[in-house]
Amino acid sequence: MTDQSLGQLGDGLLLATVVVYALAMLGYAGEQASRKARRAVTSVRASSQVLVGAGGPSVTLPAETVTVETPSRSGRLAVFLTVCGWAVHVTSLVLRGFAAHRVPWGNMYEFSSAVALVAVTFFLVLVARGRVERALGAFVMLPVVLYLGLASSVLYTAAGPLVPALNSYWIKIHVAAAIMASGSFLLSGVVALLYLLRSRYDAQLTARRTPHFPVSLGAQLPSAPVLDRVSYSVIAFAFPVWTFAIIAGGIWAESAWGRYWGWDPKETWSFITWVLYAGYLHARATAGWKGNKAAWVAVAAAGALIVDYYVVNIFVVGLHSYA
Amino acid sequence: MTVRSEVPGDVKADEEAVRLTTQPKPVGLPRKGDLFGPLRIGWRQLTSMRTALLLLFLLALASVPGGFLPQRRINPLRVNQYIAQHPNAGPLMDRLRLFDVFSSPWFSAIYLLLFVSLVGCLIPRSRLHLKALTSKPPKVPRSLAKLPVNDRWETTHGVDDVLQQASTALRGWRVVRREHEISAEKGYLRETGNLVFHLSLILLLVGIALGAFRGFKATVLVKEGKGFSNTIISFDDVQPGRRFAASSLVPFSVHLDAFRATYGPDGKALTFDAAVHWAPLGGAEKTDDIRVNHPLDVGGAKTYLIGHGYAPHIIVKDTTGAVIDDQLVACLPQNSQFLSTCVIKEANTTGTQFGFRGVFTPTTVTDSTGHVGSAYPGLRNPVLTLAAFVGDLGVDPGTPQSVYNLDTTAMTPVDGGQAHALLPGQVFHLPGGASLTYVDTRQWATFQVTQDPGKGLALVASIGMVGGLMLSLFVRRRRLWVRVRAGGTEGAPTTVEVGGLARTDPERYALEFAALVQQLRPNALSGSRSTISTDVEERP
Repeated sequence: MTDQSLGQLGDGLLLATVVVYALAMLGYAGEQASRKARRAVTSVRASSQVLVGAGGPSVTLPAETVTVETPSRSGRLAVFLTVCGWAVHVTSLVLRGFAAHRVPWGNMYEFSSAVALVAVTFFLVLVARGRVERALGAFVMLPVVLYLGLASSVLYTAAGPLVPALNSYWIKIHVAAAIMASGSFLLSGVVALLYLLRSRYDAQLTARRTPHFPVSLGAQLPSAPVLDRVSYSVIAFAFPVWTFAIIAGGIWAESAWGRYWGWDPKETWSFITWVLYAGYLHARATAGWKGNKAAWVAVAAAGALIVDYYVVNIFVVGLHSYA
Repeated sequence: MTVRSEVPGDVKADEEAVRLTTQPKPVGLPRKGDLFGPLRIGWRQLTSMRTALLLLFLLALASVPGGFLPQRRINPLRVNQYIAQHPNAGPLMDRLRLFDVFSSPWFSAIYLLLFVSLVGCLIPRSRLHLKALTSKPPKVPRSLAKLPVNDRWETTHGVDDVLQQASTALRGWRVVRREHEISAEKGYLRETGNLVFHLSLILLLVGIALGAFRGFKATVLVKEGKGFSNTIISFDDVQPGRRFAASSLVPFSVHLDAFRATYGPDGKALTFDAAVHWAPLGGAEKTDDIRVNHPLDVGGAKTYLIGHGYAPHIIVKDTTGAVIDDQLVACLPQNSQFLSTCVIKEANTTGTQFGFRGVFTPTTVTDSTGHVGSAYPGLRNPVLTLAAFVGDLGVDPGTPQSVYNLDTTAMTPVDGGQAHALLPGQVFHLPGGASLTYVDTRQWATFQVTQDPGKGLALVASIGMVGGLMLSLFVRRRRLWVRVRAGGTEGAPTTVEVGGLARTDPERYALEFAALVQQLRPNALSGSRSTISTDVEERP
């Protein structure tokens, strides 16, 4: 196969990945919808029992409403689809690498794809280890699908060689670490947002108010302490990796540009991101900052990361303006 | 059995046991009449976690303008452009040092305060940690059942047997036995890592400061066949550190033999390569290639390849036919296709002086209006398009003048300023018989020489940061206590109580605890009850 057709196959597979992930997302959502339906049925049954018990008219429920679809089937299918999509995703990146004869993270298109892959991998690991319920899948896959869709349409770049500055073995180390950290950080950002949603949902319930959409989605989410712990453990993993990525970048910059740090816009935003995550780790251990405030810091840090990758590359002139 | 009469002491001991942290205890208000009271309060405020947190967020916020606005240290040209484009806001922003964020007083104030706060926090923490490292795990709390993980069972084994088994099971823990009780602790490296990380931050700042004060950076443009030596005067632009001593310049010289760039079909650069020969002062000559990502290192002074361009080779003859100039003209690239501007000055003539101004295009295309452009950065169809001027170059008074600018105020254009397109080998004939020959095309490269005495320290500090971080985030500090009570009468079973406490990740500790308990109670009698509750707040 020629390089060009390999590259095209890789691109095609990435589109297939998006479709499979989208289907998985529907699967997770379906599981939640059926669970919600079952809950509704149970509550109807409960109230009917109350009515019966109170000597009122007996209520017979129609058979269809009681026999709800086994909730786990749709969810299991969703996890299966996520794993399939993950495999296609990996294949797509590997083909890219073969087509370009280099690591498949040389431009923003490839980078975004790799970042999404890390986020999905991390999510699957968390589910497999039982650290988080798979119900979270719908909320995780939605941003992944959007992100990959945007990456493959807006940022598309055909497979090709690297500009000289990128031609170094440090691209394997520095960029791989940056991708690992970024995929995890973005995942933690999504989880932190969900935590905020869930804690607002809880607060409204406590205040005896009826949550409306989108706060009502909180009912579908794992409990706030679980979300907080997941978000923390993902960040605790990613923060040293990000630190290492910045240091590896410094070592590379020293050999490519003659200084290890120079406040280039990309460096500046990496620094801001780093400081904000350091802030998160401290905030989580400081009275008065735990919970919502710390979660907002995690969200802000993920925002700085997005600025670091997209706004800086597209709108700000600097040494990292490659593709 | 000990009699529990001194309740206050026991309460204190219990508090100490479950205080699994090296954070200093909050201290109350200073005593009345304490002259340094307000100072003490101020210091405590500055070194509190809350203040550190605010300073961290301020640091991030203060960096934001540096991430969006052009910065003078990186690109002074774009700063000037920006100020010109924003005549109202620009000068005000400049006064606020928004174009020099990272050397501004307000940015420095934030990070210096942050580091003072850090030092103030590190000193007591290091002291406490040293104390913890050299002391024994705390006494068993009175009520083990109150701990987040705990268990209790009865066994036919004797007290000493059980304690022996417990010591064996707790291999890798710091274990201390007090009468019928065992206290064990593990994960001291967490705090060690935490302290190493923060100390490395301070070390990193020292490394950066050392580079900024004693470092040196200079750039020089070198045409093929020429060279430079590592001395202040041979550079075009020098940025020494505030405390830089010229005597610390490593003596060596570099000669550029040839520069080569290759491009892909789409004009994207593929490789840059400067073939050089170089020699340390009084040493033997060596050849090398300086490439991007591959600098030349001579005794800690590194020479980087940072730019390149075309240098047409020209020969100028005067009216008598004598060669008055034979040089490579460095033309400055204006776009990615290397359309470059060139200026040639001939002041060495007797009488009239010449000047030329024009563009060099490596792959020349001409549009319908006759404008030349370049379609590709490589040399495919090179053309030197020049307009000539005669008169006074204005270089005589000895005032410094850029070689890249031609002042034509005292000059007359030749042929009404009509530009001539020269192919390699072609000649531009001037009135009176003088001429300029475009011989062929060579290239130039810009090099940057850097000496940074602080970067070794910065690297060591960075390694300390990553190592410290990993320890402080992945090592879990935890305690485990065992209390064994002999049966009251002969043959009565022994009672074993265990309890544990973890600072982080209580779920994982619950699993570890359960596994340890499993090892300890092979011969447990019935009547055991076990509580493993993981629903506890993580302690900071």
